[in-house]
Amino acid sequence: MVPLSYYLVLSALLFAIGVTGILIRRNIITILMSLELIFNAVNINFVAFAHHLQSMTGQVFVVFVLVIAAAEVTVGLAIVVAATRRRTSINVDEFGIMKL
Amino acid sequence: MAKLLFFYFATVILGSGLLVIFLRNIVYSALALLVAFIHIAGLYVLLNAEFIAAIQVIVYGGAVLVLYLFVVMLFNIKRDEPFYRGNLAVALFIGLVILGEVLLAISGTRAYGAPGQLIQATGNTEAIGLVLYTQYLLPFEVASFILLVAMIGAIILAKQR
Repeated sequence: MVPLSYYLVLSALLFAIGVTGILIRRNIITILMSLELIFNAVNINFVAFAHHLQSMTGQVFVVFVLVIAAAEVTVGLAIVVAATRRRTSINVDEFGIMKL
Repeated sequence: MAKLLFFYFATVILGSGLLVIFLRNIVYSALALLVAFIHIAGLYVLLNAEFIAAIQVIVYGGAVLVLYLFVVMLFNIKRDEPFYRGNLAVALFIGLVILGEVLLAISGTRAYGAPGQLIQATGNTEAIGLVLYTQYLLPFEVASFILLVAMIGAIILAKQR
């Protein structure tokens, strides 16, 4: 039987990896991908608690986090597409102007 | 046996997470992310959450990742140039601080054996359905509204003039 703390430590490590990814990359797509890692770390946490506390609330919340993550990816990539059309560079330092 | 599987999944998840943030080629990063997603789904099966594992693969592997690859390949995005913005040491330090903070928060956790409304006898999918459509009906409707808004927003933002 795997203790709960193993899952929590895994989730914490994945979360920290995601945060570091957002901080060090200059590329908007990789930043969004690190954000997906953060979402998944939180999901692991929810499902681990749902399993160990014998409650369904954790798993239902995972469904909602999945919905939000999918919506955020959609809108985020639409913004990237619109902004990249003009300047053909995905360096996040050049995304200063909000002109679409 | 469960511990062996857990350690395999955990190692691959963390390894591919590190690959996502450290690889220069964006397509390779996206594929490492796919490996992470699928092993996270394996972890969910280990936690008796088969429905969540299935929708994890379908939504993340089949929709989110496909969107990323579409955008990368449609715009012919080249490799990333000089890699780190700002100071790498500062970013790693902040990452370690966040890790320490989360581990500190975890160490104060007591897993209460609270009696929840578990209906595991009927299988994971039915159990989620029973709770999602009765007790969490309002968040469910709000979630579908969010998806509608996201779809409309994406179409309008990405439209050609």
